[in-house]
Amino acid sequence: MEVKSTFNKIFSLFVYEIKNFFINFIKGDLITKTSYFVMGFGSLARKQYVKGLFFLLIQVLYIIFMVSSGGYYLSMLKTLGINTQGEVWDEKAQIFRVQQGDNSMLLLLFGVSAILVTIVLIGFYFWQVKIAIRNERLIKEGKKLPTFKQDYRDMFDKNFHITILLVPVVLTVLFTVVPLIFMILIAFTNFDKNHQPPGNLFTWVGLSNFQNIFGGNALWSSTFARLFVWTIIWAVFATFLNYFLGMLLAIIINKKGIKLKKMWRTIFVTTIAVPQFVSLMLMAKLLHDQGALNVLLKNLGLVSDFIPFLSDPFLAKVTIIIVNLWVGIPYTMLITSGVLLNIPEDIYEASKLDGASPRQQFFYITLPYMLHVTTPYLITQFVGNINNFNVIYLLTGGGPLSLNLYQAGETDLLVTWLYKLTVNEQNYSLASTIGIIIFIVVSVVSLIVYNNTSAVKQEDDFS
Amino acid sequence: MKNKERMSNLLIYTILSVLSVIWIFPIAWLVMQSFRKEGGAFTSYIIPKQWTLDNYIKLFTDTRLFNFPRWFMNTLFVAVCTCIITTIIVLLTSYAFSRLRFKMRKPLMNIILVLGMFPGFMAMIAIYHILKAFGLVQSLTSLILVYSGGAAMGYYIAKGFFDTIPKAIDEAALIDGATKNQVFWKITLPMSKPIIVYTVLTSFIAPWLDFIFVSVIMKDNYSSYTVALGLFQMISRENITQYFTQFCAGAVIIAIPITILFITMQKYYVGGVTAGGAKG
Repeated sequence: MEVKSTFNKIFSLFVYEIKNFFINFIKGDLITKTSYFVMGFGSLARKQYVKGLFFLLIQVLYIIFMVSSGGYYLSMLKTLGINTQGEVWDEKAQIFRVQQGDNSMLLLLFGVSAILVTIVLIGFYFWQVKIAIRNERLIKEGKKLPTFKQDYRDMFDKNFHITILLVPVVLTVLFTVVPLIFMILIAFTNFDKNHQPPGNLFTWVGLSNFQNIFGGNALWSSTFARLFVWTIIWAVFATFLNYFLGMLLAIIINKKGIKLKKMWRTIFVTTIAVPQFVSLMLMAKLLHDQGALNVLLKNLGLVSDFIPFLSDPFLAKVTIIIVNLWVGIPYTMLITSGVLLNIPEDIYEASKLDGASPRQQFFYITLPYMLHVTTPYLITQFVGNINNFNVIYLLTGGGPLSLNLYQAGETDLLVTWLYKLTVNEQNYSLASTIGIIIFIVVSVVSLIVYNNTSAVKQEDDFS
Repeated sequence: MKNKERMSNLLIYTILSVLSVIWIFPIAWLVMQSFRKEGGAFTSYIIPKQWTLDNYIKLFTDTRLFNFPRWFMNTLFVAVCTCIITTIIVLLTSYAFSRLRFKMRKPLMNIILVLGMFPGFMAMIAIYHILKAFGLVQSLTSLILVYSGGAAMGYYIAKGFFDTIPKAIDEAALIDGATKNQVFWKITLPMSKPIIVYTVLTSFIAPWLDFIFVSVIMKDNYSSYTVALGLFQMISRENITQYFTQFCAGAVIIAIPITILFITMQKYYVGGVTAGGAKG
């Protein structure tokens, strides 16, 4: 499997590099040996001044950073702060002094940053060691060392990938990787309403959040179990019902002899373009207990009492799935109609001569072909639906509320529960725990499907 | 046989017409409400009794409670900045993954795949605290950073496009002595107008639609709201009776350009989703 081979690759590369690292230290000359301790020396001593100074500067900056603050933050990671904010008795002066107190959250955040800075430094360190070794080898072979000008030129040719990926990687690390590491770590702390910095400290609690969700805390675990089941049911319905009905719509629009194909398509596509927060809010207002639809039905005399479209636990779920059809079918229609046109016409002609009915054609030609091509799309849809925030949040807001659930309503998905736990409850540790569980579910599902999909297996053949 | 065919076509036309009505009705209703003169949140009839442009005019002139023009300019500013940063990042990333070969290519792509499996909102909470630590919360700058910071993760569609440009062109240029930098600027980019347009438009539209990240970052700082979050406030329980028709007008104003863009761009959207999906 792809991900597994990635890890294998990284691991074997790692072992190989470490081995070389020591062998080269023993074999290297004095300059190379010094560069193991003074960064950039392997370049400086060999007249590559710009490069050498650059590495030296990095080392100096790192040492300054570690001495001034980085070391402190690293040491505080273990406890996440010991001094609570408040008044402390000062023995010497015989008075109460206000103590600033440690901010656990900032300590964790800067601690993680310090680790990250260290990792970056290690990267630079190994890089300059490699350069020192290469320089030594080049000199031994009697070749010229690359000049600054040459390095500069390589940045736009041989090493172009480094140049253009630098900014994207840095941004992704800052805005995705660091936050995620931070949140993953939060799942192992007790950062909740009663442990809010700066007033209070929070600290490591190990796996107790996970234990609580899986049985330790009866209310949490029953809430989790119910929302988990509903999340999966929702994702299955929302993905596959939309998929098949959307495909059906695409098929009948594509059918030979149907006129104005473009117009029909445009009508449905228009609804995609309306912002979801607008269309879904309207739907929510339309379907409200005293909403337009109930008023209309009542005025027409069709019902005597209003229908609880969004306020009855079961009916609300059905309503959500149906409204989601309205949202989702145009997407699938759009995607599938393009793919449908790619199915070679002669397959249908041949099967028709063999006496296949339209139904057989659908199940033996169209469907297998479509599944083959669109499996990756289906996976992304499924994952997207597990994390589908908009539909639930805008339609019901998770309601109707229930006393059997902790901080959640009957139609809440795990992801909207996560939202409520942070915004209303500030129970960040529980929210992060749920986030990790969602991640595990999503990645396991995707891995299994990817592993068994022909479309993905053949991918390597194409590229 | 002919007759049966005609019957089935007739049936299909009927189904399509009914479905069209179902799909178009809420939108038509929205547009009609935006021109409604009678106040109140809902009426028991569908077509307004009196028509007016007041809702649109008021939206831009009456800024006592809801400063729509301000929000509009905020969103425009954020959208333009986000769009520039995102486009550059997406094009660079997808070009590197599509056309260049290096040791970390597959591992990086897989790491991005794994990162994408975490619920986006989870990172959002941490980003809020990080921005707070730097004193950037409740500012438009932070919003731009949030919207464009994760841009590299959305490289799939552009990569799918770059994959379709024949490799032979690059190779010929490299043999002739061009650097990879020159190939990117002088050969690949001029051939990629559709995907550039697509990336620019989608990243420009995103800030107009998002209401959730905005609300996390801005909290109660009304003057820095964007259009989506502002409109969202208009139909809160306290305001809906008075402002519902203005909300509809605002929604129409956002929806019209997006609709036009989307309909003209749908070709690229489909190509991107299918190509980007099938080739990891």
